[in-house]
Amino acid sequence: MAKSKSAYSDPGKKGKLDTHIIVVWVDNEAGVLARVVGLFSGRGYNIESLAVAEVDPKRGISRITIVTTGTPQVIEQIKLQLGKLVPVHKVADFMRGDKKIIFKEMALLKLVGNTSKRNKALKVCKKFNPVVLDKTQKSVVLQITALRREIDNVMGDLKKFGLVSVSRTGAVAMTRGSEIFK
Amino acid sequence: MSKLYTGAEIVFKCMEDQKVEFIFGYPGGAVLPIYDELKNHDTIKHILVRHEQGAGHAAEGYARSCGKPGVVLVTSGPGATNVVTALTDAYMDSIPLVCISGQVPTHLIGTDAFQECDTTGITRPCTKHNWLVKDVKDLAKTIHKAFEVATTGRPGPVLVDIPKDIQFQKSKYTNFIKQKKLNGKSNNRFSQKDIDKLIEMMSKAKQPIFYTGGGVINSGPKASEQLRELVSITGFPITSTLQGLGSFPGDDTQFLGMLGMHGTYEANNAMHDCDLMINIGARFDDRITGKIDEFSPKSKKVHIDIDPSSINKNVKVDLPIVGDVSEVISLLIKTIKKHKTNFLKSNKENISKWWEQIGKWRSVNSLNFINSDKTIKPQFAIQRLYELTKNKDTFITTEVGQHQMWAAQHYKFDKPNRWMTSGGLGTMGYGLPAAVGVQIAHPDKLVVDIAGEASVLMTMQEMSTAVQYNLPIKIFILNNEYMGMVRQWQELLHEKNYSESYTAALPDFVKLAEAYGCVGIRAKTPDELDQKIQEMIDVKKPVIFDCLVDKEENCFPMIPSGKPHNQMLLGPKDQKENKITGKGKTLV
Repeated sequence: MAKSKSAYSDPGKKGKLDTHIIVVWVDNEAGVLARVVGLFSGRGYNIESLAVAEVDPKRGISRITIVTTGTPQVIEQIKLQLGKLVPVHKVADFMRGDKKIIFKEMALLKLVGNTSKRNKALKVCKKFNPVVLDKTQKSVVLQITALRREIDNVMGDLKKFGLVSVSRTGAVAMTRGSEIFK
Repeated sequence: MSKLYTGAEIVFKCMEDQKVEFIFGYPGGAVLPIYDELKNHDTIKHILVRHEQGAGHAAEGYARSCGKPGVVLVTSGPGATNVVTALTDAYMDSIPLVCISGQVPTHLIGTDAFQECDTTGITRPCTKHNWLVKDVKDLAKTIHKAFEVATTGRPGPVLVDIPKDIQFQKSKYTNFIKQKKLNGKSNNRFSQKDIDKLIEMMSKAKQPIFYTGGGVINSGPKASEQLRELVSITGFPITSTLQGLGSFPGDDTQFLGMLGMHGTYEANNAMHDCDLMINIGARFDDRITGKIDEFSPKSKKVHIDIDPSSINKNVKVDLPIVGDVSEVISLLIKTIKKHKTNFLKSNKENISKWWEQIGKWRSVNSLNFINSDKTIKPQFAIQRLYELTKNKDTFITTEVGQHQMWAAQHYKFDKPNRWMTSGGLGTMGYGLPAAVGVQIAHPDKLVVDIAGEASVLMTMQEMSTAVQYNLPIKIFILNNEYMGMVRQWQELLHEKNYSESYTAALPDFVKLAEAYGCVGIRAKTPDELDQKIQEMIDVKKPVIFDCLVDKEENCFPMIPSGKPHNQMLLGPKDQKENKITGKGKTLV
């Protein structure tokens, strides 16, 4: 092995990466999103998507849903580091593919083309609760809700039917059944 | 109707209720209302520094030497940005600081006003938490919360940014009663079961070791006493990180010295070969572990820490115990005494072979060096300083570099809170202002900054502070004209290309001392050293001691980059005698 000139050790073996959905309940105050996001960027964690909005106006609680990838050790660190932030109330962590959890992402799709193309497009989206939000002679705006990968696929399929613009939310998550995360 | 107070008055009301005695600060436009209020509060003394970084480090020195949070007061813009280094330093070494910064008036925030900067944005990653106070009604609550956050759990720095208009506005103030025992309780997440498990592991261990860190010191003086008792009733060997020095007596036979990159041969080999590692308040820092994949491969690891995010961060452990060190050790000792009356006896037999092996490593005498009668060896200088000051309850601060490691190796501490050094961030220029803060907290004690000539020049202006407040700090400079640690790395790893590590135009430190109005002393040869050190100790004024040492001495032993603990480089004597083998040697 070539001799190292660094005062730091070489990187060790890389572990397997998993995708997790981290849900964080925070005080809805100035700068709180910057704290959460800054923690991710500062420590080199990855953010795939991010969704945030106030969910309890009375207590001023916002719910942040972050999709991230990392080794089990990194995911554990993310949870513990988030837990240390002063405005954070609780942190939940779900593995992607967990059957007990519902994940959904919403997308708005604008298609431009003739009626036949638009109808075909609607057919492609059929499985994902398509709602027509706007319609003109040559265009349509569709809303669909699905998993991230499903939306990726739909986008690919719709290219040939005149897809011109996409707007997507990050994923949001909720447990199935009557239980809630404490 | 209850009385209304201005924001500036509320700042002082809060500090009075928090029992603050000293503020380290520097005035400026955006904090003038607070400075104007200073005269009305006799119990709070302001220490005027010469640069805001100095205020931060002085507050750190104060906090580390007396266990109370350090308070810093700076203005907006450059005042705030100058203190960032000290905040980061405190964050890395878990030192409680409360920094109050002025800000431009609320209506000017975001307009790039004069001396405006996004202080809360800049300090967000280097504080535990920070606040921008936009309503005077929130001010008192925020400041009290700031003190709570800084001092509870794993301590650290916080910042409260107060716009100038808020300092003028008026609001009510209700007296605040500080809750006792905030620390510990809420952070203890361990149970008797964990302790029982630990005792079971301890009774089975044949090659155990305690690896202790700054968490013991942060847990309070009681934790150090308890640690001594624990180590004595178990008979286990103990090693300490740089930050943990002093929590266990440095001259005790069970103490193996410091571990890590410049730790002793016995400490590092014991860490590598142990079968049970009990980490108490340390964090498996990369300067400690070396190559993670080969770190202590055979051991079961126990980690006692107040910060849950320290567990499994760098090294996976078998038994995590999240809690305040003092509380954990106290339950541990209680349980040992209750159930295992002859624990000590049976253990002695269990681990006698282990002590034999440690004895062999010890006999290598890895801290030795070839002394000279012509030039002062830096290690010799520290040994002499130690011998001449050890009976005085001396407080030592350091800068960063070779001198810092030599101080850690050769100065033996036997009490906590006597050793202040920048470990995590490695801030050159820390030691001099830190000594100012220590001397403020302990006006009658001997405070020595073991310094390097390069580091000390970074914050030399604080000598002026020391003179202003009659603080008889001693700046003991091991002057080798090089950035010694940089030079050492260049010698060992960059083919002796001493790129920019030599300082060609150093000031005359004796004349510099005189210019500041303090005393300058120079030692050039080993025979005059003792007498000069004694002279330094006897002077009741600040001293700059220019100790001219061997320019080419290297700091050994040393774990080279990315190597495990059992591949150490030893000093020149051992290299000659061929005591190190194989891989280690090829690196020299």
